[in-house]
Amino acid sequence: MDSVFAAIAQAPEDPILGVTVAYNKDSSPIKLNLGVGAYRTEEGKPLVLNVVRKAEQLLVNDLSRVKEYLPIIGLAEFNKLTAKLILGDDSPAIQESRVATAQCLSGTGSLRVGAEFLAKHYHQRTIYIPQPTWGNHLKVFTMAGLSVKTYRYYEPTTRGLHFQGLLEDLGAAPAGSIVLLHACAHNPTGVDPTVEQWEQIRQLIRSKGLLPFFDSAYQGFASGSLDADAQSVRMFVADGGECFIAQSYAKNMGLYGERVGALSIVCKAADVASRVESQLKLVIRPMYSNPPIHGASIAATILKNSDMYNEWKIELKAMADRIISMRKQLFDALRARGTPGDWSHIIKQIGMFTFTGLNSDQVAFMTKKYHIYMTSDGRISMAGLSSKTAPHLADAIHAAVTGAC
Amino acid sequence: MAIRRAMSGRLTARTEVLGVRSMSSWWRGMEPAPKDPILGVTEAFLADPNPEKVNVGVGAYRDDNGKPVVLECVREAERRIAGNLKMEYLPMGGSVKVVEETLKLAYGENSELIKDRRIAAVQALSGTGACRLFADFQKRFRPDSQIYIPVPTWANHHNIWRDAQVPQKTYHYYHPESRGLDFATMMDDIKNAPNGSFFLLHACAHNPTGVDPSEEQWREISHQFKVKGHFAFFDMAYQGFASGDPEKDAKSIRIFLEDGHYIGIAQSYAKNMGLYGQRVGCLSVLCEDEKQAVAVKSQLQQLARPMYSNPPLHGALIVSTILGDPDLKKLWLKEVKVMADRIIGMRTALQGNLEKLGSPLSWTHITNQIGMFCYSGLTPEQVDRLTSEFHIYMTRNGRISMAGVTTGNVEYLASAIHEVTKSA
Repeated sequence: MDSVFAAIAQAPEDPILGVTVAYNKDSSPIKLNLGVGAYRTEEGKPLVLNVVRKAEQLLVNDLSRVKEYLPIIGLAEFNKLTAKLILGDDSPAIQESRVATAQCLSGTGSLRVGAEFLAKHYHQRTIYIPQPTWGNHLKVFTMAGLSVKTYRYYEPTTRGLHFQGLLEDLGAAPAGSIVLLHACAHNPTGVDPTVEQWEQIRQLIRSKGLLPFFDSAYQGFASGSLDADAQSVRMFVADGGECFIAQSYAKNMGLYGERVGALSIVCKAADVASRVESQLKLVIRPMYSNPPIHGASIAATILKNSDMYNEWKIELKAMADRIISMRKQLFDALRARGTPGDWSHIIKQIGMFTFTGLNSDQVAFMTKKYHIYMTSDGRISMAGLSSKTAPHLADAIHAAVTGAC
Repeated sequence: MAIRRAMSGRLTARTEVLGVRSMSSWWRGMEPAPKDPILGVTEAFLADPNPEKVNVGVGAYRDDNGKPVVLECVREAERRIAGNLKMEYLPMGGSVKVVEETLKLAYGENSELIKDRRIAAVQALSGTGACRLFADFQKRFRPDSQIYIPVPTWANHHNIWRDAQVPQKTYHYYHPESRGLDFATMMDDIKNAPNGSFFLLHACAHNPTGVDPSEEQWREISHQFKVKGHFAFFDMAYQGFASGDPEKDAKSIRIFLEDGHYIGIAQSYAKNMGLYGQRVGCLSVLCEDEKQAVAVKSQLQQLARPMYSNPPLHGALIVSTILGDPDLKKLWLKEVKVMADRIIGMRTALQGNLEKLGSPLSWTHITNQIGMFCYSGLTPEQVDRLTSEFHIYMTRNGRISMAGVTTGNVEYLASAIHEVTKSA
């Protein structure tokens, strides 16, 4: 008997995870991994927040805790606090019970559940995603049954926002189209609209009747302030309109592997939100029945305890500050070397990533000669840099740019 | 602060112009979804103030005091894990250790297939997630195929393959008159299905009926599958939980493996390790050789990535801690046997009580059936009476979760069942 799957070909290696695979194979003592977007300390180590350790210990010591199934839409307490986190404590949408929230598996899971919901219930099947965007967005939306178009976002010549292009492309989208927006710290470019630009985007989206779908993976991690990083989302919700929001605690609480996140659907009315919530369950049940309990319990423990919440904010700000400081150090180091070109985008961009503007040849050169590992689109994870290694990176960039390759 | 004030001023003006608030909801026509039939039972139970109430609805284990249980081996594993905190992403395919140990349970501790690396396997989100990944995989790589599902089955099976957009057919399984297996008709359905059809099989402790084929019947099924070139996908959610012996509970799978089938398996630790809410399971697909297994695994990962990227860590750490430590593993096997034995004991007690009450009906199916559930044969009307008159909660298909039966409530349950059936 032959296997029915005999003809299956091997899938290509994931481009981002492939970087780490190559890094691990390299035996050089000066190698540097700037590929994957996970925070690293100044010592280059992964970090578990102290407040997370505390929360986990509380959970372990509480013998009354059981491991029963969560409800389909997850831990209720977690959902309430997570919606408040992005929308604000005093959000009218929450007070008016207009928000349907479901705990999902981190950002990915929240996006997928939202997209499947839209594919099932929404009259428009097209989602517009920025060019470029996180590599997994395309796969998530396609698998969910949506068709994907792009809108201009990054302008390579300025290494900033292609604002005209964005307005034109969204302006040309058919009414009702879904629009993916990175709430802050755009991945991979680090380029965010200004507050004024967000306002224009909001007006355009509302006037064209487009449906905004926010991906918020870095709240608090970008600027160091949870409220500031939620501004874009709150602007949209303040106008009374509807939107989708995918949130993740992977980076800002360091809960990566526990897969903690939520999908919120802000609706016009409470009874709508209630029906929407009931339909969300029908999307989730055939996917994984109910979400994992552990990570959400940790997050809820922290969010509901004001001392722990404040501790979290401090640790979060420290992570964001370290990254901002790395940006400054790299920028200064390039200036000190007289590296040709304008490198101000390094300090203008925000969040975990910098879109250096280096091309794939230059990247390959840096990997070969300097053992720097990064994705071939020129994206570097600032979280992987330290004061010790920034000079090495600056040397590599300098060599690549001054035509050594 | 200044920015916020300035913005809100501008916003008010703008929204009046744009009339966002006057637009109606995109979801205004949305129907409320029907309530989940199984979870709705527990909701109703919780809302009932009657002190005699009994919940034999949901399929989660309860001890003899009716309390949920966290296994000792799990508590110990958690103690060990708590100090050692790294929360990095697992690989897309999950914990290698978890997958290794989980395959041993299904395929055999010393399985040649494992040694030869012929099994493509990934950690999945419990049994549901494993089934869904397989359904998506089936859709992508065998787009012309359908899935044959037994009647009855766990209701969510239909939802899973439907959402994966794989067309469904059914095959006969339960025989209401005998409250056993409709083996002859089942074999007819297997023979009449087009060659190379995909079948969903419950490896042991069929949900919801508790009716399993005998070993002899499994051999016949396997043989007929070979004749027809059918693909067998096993959902094994209760290994160890059915007979108390994981090796025994895997017999159906081992028969198919002996016969050389290329099978798929969904495994879950929800019940047998009590890890319900941690969502730990495994999907495996047996391939011709290592090269193919590598290819298939890579494709399974491609399906996991746009669903949740990588599976949750905590449950995986518990499983690998327990199964990686011979003493903890032994403890686990003991605790599984305790759970299974308690359920088998309650089956005996329930049947015994009904017979003692002089019931005119036959209740031997209670002890013939196996696993967490008993398909009692009660009609929906009888079930409704049990609920309204006796505050006993179960799903309207007459499925009793034996895990909800205790020495404290078994007599009450028996007398209530007798009441509603004695004139049947």
